[in-house]
Amino acid sequence: MGWIKQIITTSIGKKSVMAVTGTGLIIFLFFHLVGNSMIFLGRDMFNAYAENLHRLDFAVKVFEIGLLILFLIHILFATLLFIENLGSRPQRYAVKKDTRRTWGSKTMPYTGATILVFLVVHLINFHFTDSNLTLSELVRSVLTQPYYAALYIICLLALALHISHGIWSLCQTLGINQPKYNKLLESGARSLSIAVGAVFILIPLLALFYSNFLL
Amino acid sequence: MKLINLIVKVWRQENETSSGSFQTLKSGPISTDMSFLEMLDVLNEKLAKVGKEPIAFDHDCREGICGMCGAVVNGHAHGPENETTLCQLHMRHFNDGDTLVIEPFRARAFKVVKDLVVDRSALDSIIAEGGYVSVNTGGAPDGNAVPIPQDTAEQALDASACIGCGACVAACPNASAMLFVGAKVSQYALLPQGQPESARRALDMVRKMDESGFGNCGNERECEAACPKGISIRNIARLNREFIKAAIISYEK
Ligand code: HEM
Ligand code: FES
Repeated sequence: MGWIKQIITTSIGKKSVMAVTGTGLIIFLFFHLVGNSMIFLGRDMFNAYAENLHRLDFAVKVFEIGLLILFLIHILFATLLFIENLGSRPQRYAVKKDTRRTWGSKTMPYTGATILVFLVVHLINFHFTDSNLTLSELVRSVLTQPYYAALYIICLLALALHISHGIWSLCQTLGINQPKYNKLLESGARSLSIAVGAVFILIPLLALFYSNFLL
Repeated sequence: MKLINLIVKVWRQENETSSGSFQTLKSGPISTDMSFLEMLDVLNEKLAKVGKEPIAFDHDCREGICGMCGAVVNGHAHGPENETTLCQLHMRHFNDGDTLVIEPFRARAFKVVKDLVVDRSALDSIIAEGGYVSVNTGGAPDGNAVPIPQDTAEQALDASACIGCGACVAACPNASAMLFVGAKVSQYALLPQGQPESARRALDMVRKMDESGFGNCGNERECEAACPKGISIRNIARLNREFIKAAIISYEK
């Protein structure tokens, strides 16, 4: 096992852990997105989807634990990398210009921290609640409150920004970079993050501005 | 001959342990045909004439091939021109009245020795861990006896263009040396002569890089924009592949 520890504690090892856990989280995000899209099909479809999902009680539990582990590892390594990188240039430049960094790449630790805050709020809202409301009623009760809707929108924007760099970056980290598909990869990553952000954000927007939402 | 006058704000630091600060100087008339280092020479002559300490800076070939020169000028490593070392940057790219802020390459792994001179021996110590081929390759083979496809040769040659100046480290938000190590690992990983030691090389050079106090790559791409030799981050991806392959597939530990 010694060699695993040796590999995982190198810079490329840590980055690879970020990339692999990030990939897992993106796959989860995709399934979550598809599930949530049932909201657009109306209250009954959405509630039926939720009920069917929770009938797979054991599978859901296993999945949740796996997801929790992914999150914990991703956050642990992100914190480690962030702290190490803080010390990498003790004396800063008086003048430093950016050339190819993007909004997404520059803000990874901050968008990540925003997602973490969101995660806690989101789980309190929808997971650790003991109300007897149906899922559609629960969603309505949270997202029709303007403060919550605004918080969700801001955090989802941060999520979209995080994966806009993340998807391309995880490929680069895992060595996936060849001219024959780089254009496709970059535009694919951008479109995917915009699509994910847009569909998720549509939900609080509907709750805010469409009075018959999930009724 | 066109002449321009500049305001030069340059980092002055007595030695490794002193704290250092900016000194503001007027350049006087500077020919736009001069290189950046020649402009500093002119400034230094003026300083020497009035009995002041000249600005210390590194240089050697002054033709863009040795990798000795380098400073951060107005926020860009080697100045604002693409694929240009500081010695090959010409004053025609500046305008009369411009202010130049000149700082040493900064990173935890690069200590300032004096003014703009930094100690980049951390890069040498990474090379010492595997930036060479040490297996006995026998006598020189006949030309074309070792078949290497043209584009592979081109890619190896592109990687080997690295002059080890450290601009990638200087430009990186995390002061990472991944572009340097990527280029050094790639030039061997692409060629048959590098194969026998490729796993050992990737593991050792990356470990040395981490030990030397460089930061972790964040895939920000600032390095490739600053590189005077236009080394692409494809070489970082190749280093990642080589490292992951060495870690997971090879017998080397
Ligand atoms: C659904 C949630 C999340 C997804 C889909 C996600 C996805 C990703 C991906 C794909 C990467 C790129 C890995 C690479 O560069 O190889 C990444 C990097 C990163 N993530 Fe996340 N992440 C999520 C949540 C978080 C959270 C909660 C945090 C922090 C508390 C975080 C902090 C970071 C940081 C700091 C990086 C950059 C690491 C570096 O390049 O040095 N992420 N994330
Ligand atoms: S002095 Fe040799 S590269 Fe600039």
